[in-house]
Amino acid sequence: MSILVDADSRVVVQGITGTEGSFHTRQCIEYGTNVVAGVTPGKGGQTFDDSVPVFNTVEEARAKAEADVSLIFVPPAFAADAIKEAAAAGVRLALCVTEGIPTLDMVDVVAYCLECGTRLIGPNCPGVISPGKCKVGIMPGFVHLEGIVGVISRSGTLTYEAVDQLTRVGLGQSTSVGIGGDPVNGTSFRDCLEMFAEDEETKGVVLIGEIGGSAEEEAADYLADDYPLPVVAFIAGRTAPPGKRMGHAGAIIAGGKGTADEKMRVLSEAGVTVVESPSAIGVTMAEILGTD
Amino acid sequence: MKLHEYQSKALLRQYGIPVPESEVADSTEAAEVAAAGLAEKGYTRFAVKAQVHAGGRGKGGGIKLADSPSEAGELAGAMLGTQLVTPQTGPEGVLVRKVLIEGGVDIADELYLGITIDRSKKRPVIIASTEGGVEIEEVAANKPDKIHNEWITPGRGLETFEAAGVAYALGLEGKTHRAGTAVIKKLAEMFVGLSASLAEINPLIVTGDGQVVALDAKINIDDNVLFRRPDLEAMRDPSEEDELEIAAAEHSLSYISLDGTVGCMVNGAGLAMATMDEILLAGGTPANFLDVGGGASVERVAAAFRILMRAPRLNSVLINIFGGIVRGDRVAKGIIEALPTLEVDIPVTVRLQGTKAEEGRKLLQESSLEFIVAETLDEAARKAVEAGK
Repeated sequence: MSILVDADSRVVVQGITGTEGSFHTRQCIEYGTNVVAGVTPGKGGQTFDDSVPVFNTVEEARAKAEADVSLIFVPPAFAADAIKEAAAAGVRLALCVTEGIPTLDMVDVVAYCLECGTRLIGPNCPGVISPGKCKVGIMPGFVHLEGIVGVISRSGTLTYEAVDQLTRVGLGQSTSVGIGGDPVNGTSFRDCLEMFAEDEETKGVVLIGEIGGSAEEEAADYLADDYPLPVVAFIAGRTAPPGKRMGHAGAIIAGGKGTADEKMRVLSEAGVTVVESPSAIGVTMAEILGTD
Repeated sequence: MKLHEYQSKALLRQYGIPVPESEVADSTEAAEVAAAGLAEKGYTRFAVKAQVHAGGRGKGGGIKLADSPSEAGELAGAMLGTQLVTPQTGPEGVLVRKVLIEGGVDIADELYLGITIDRSKKRPVIIASTEGGVEIEEVAANKPDKIHNEWITPGRGLETFEAAGVAYALGLEGKTHRAGTAVIKKLAEMFVGLSASLAEINPLIVTGDGQVVALDAKINIDDNVLFRRPDLEAMRDPSEEDELEIAAAEHSLSYISLDGTVGCMVNGAGLAMATMDEILLAGGTPANFLDVGGGASVERVAAAFRILMRAPRLNSVLINIFGGIVRGDRVAKGIIEALPTLEVDIPVTVRLQGTKAEEGRKLLQESSLEFIVAETLDEAARKAVEAGK
């Protein structure tokens, strides 16, 4: 088992003919992902790499290729509309990689996705991978290993770092989810924690948070109530000065709230093993779960 | 993007929110003329306010009151050209280039009104309090019952009855309540209209004759909206921004100057922050945050390395790249391309992992750059800190 995506997922890539879209589509296909369609307005009828049909709209991709998951590589100016198009067409899951979408556009998009019953991951995220089954995103597939640890993170490369550490100590991953670094996103830590708790394969969860917002505090609230799996957490940004935006729009400490120390404290109180150094993520999980 | 008080007030005025009469000045003479103009309109007191992006101006001596136009000129002259130190600036302070000369108003009551994004409810939230003129974070921490919230529904805007509810929570009555309701509704309209990330009026005052006026204003615009709002982009004040941060922005790099001594260049914001944390754990201090981004080209890495080497106080540099989409060989080529234009006289530690890491290391070994190799993140941080000592 895994969460969100598996070997049966039928993926449509919005923006498949763009530079980023085409590069990453090839990487996903190479990994074994079932990419059944692409969408680029005005390029319907073409075939991507002689194998993937391109449509003008997501609706067509749904109807003709039975896509149920959409991976979105569309520039920020058009990304909000692209997500809504995916939701309106009825895809089960939409993942938006795009960085730089205006926050108020996302306020509108998140409400729209909720109305349509589409789960949104991101924006500004690396996507989701269920190792050995399906990769829907931009993460390097080769550092992953199929296994029992769920990974949830607001960051991209820091997730790869954590996954690499897990793989090196022999711990594979059930699913790794990048929920994205923006202030307003579709899926929270808590949503993913709930899904991992229901997943039979997942035996432990790594949670990688960062400064800003209150998503980690909300996760802690939920975890405090008898969460069935062991959780190891790391919070990035202890050295960040208040009021400065560290790349991610979400990573700004406004008014002293959302500091790394506060997040670490509440997670600790909720029974989470909080590591001070990002280098300790893998070995700590290995100690808890025990490896061969 | 942060706006100055005078820019924020101009926007409030555009949206129909009452603000005191004022004029911007950049010299003693201009300040005196501005105050004299206000005196002709009947004002007898004048506020002289430093126009800098940092908050806490009052505590740092950046807001002064004058009883005559000549005194306003003198106070402005004393403020202009100096480094203003407030609780939110560093010890070196920020240069005051402009002041706002404002007609003094008669204050009966000070309130707080602000709008920002509530990340957990995923919509804008109005924050209102009868405790105006102090930092809202202090009120939230010490008197949480004094804070009233109302959320703005996406796509619908703030209804009049919702604004009226906020005005009642602020204790306003009669014609003052009507005026307050209008201000709240207009501020919500402005927040959405400008795609702001923060719109704050502190204090929002009630005058002796029952008018509701924005005495101070702070607006931040969502950086992500500037591509389609050239009118707002034009309000940017580069003199308030860090020189290296501007240079980085020109290459689409994310750079933030910090006050430590270990420079770092990393791919990805989260890993960059984690690298800074690891430097701190190793007993060092990070000189900067630098994210070369997900799709870093040779040119971008070269630009990043050149900007990084310009940082003051550097005694060591750490390059930490986890190749996924970013390829180790491209990063190496970028560094090598920047080398001829640089004098690298401090130790450089390189940790390359992931895609094409081996090729990248080999390229660097064949170049003129002398560097320390590290395998893991903590090893890299330890070596970089040690090398700088």
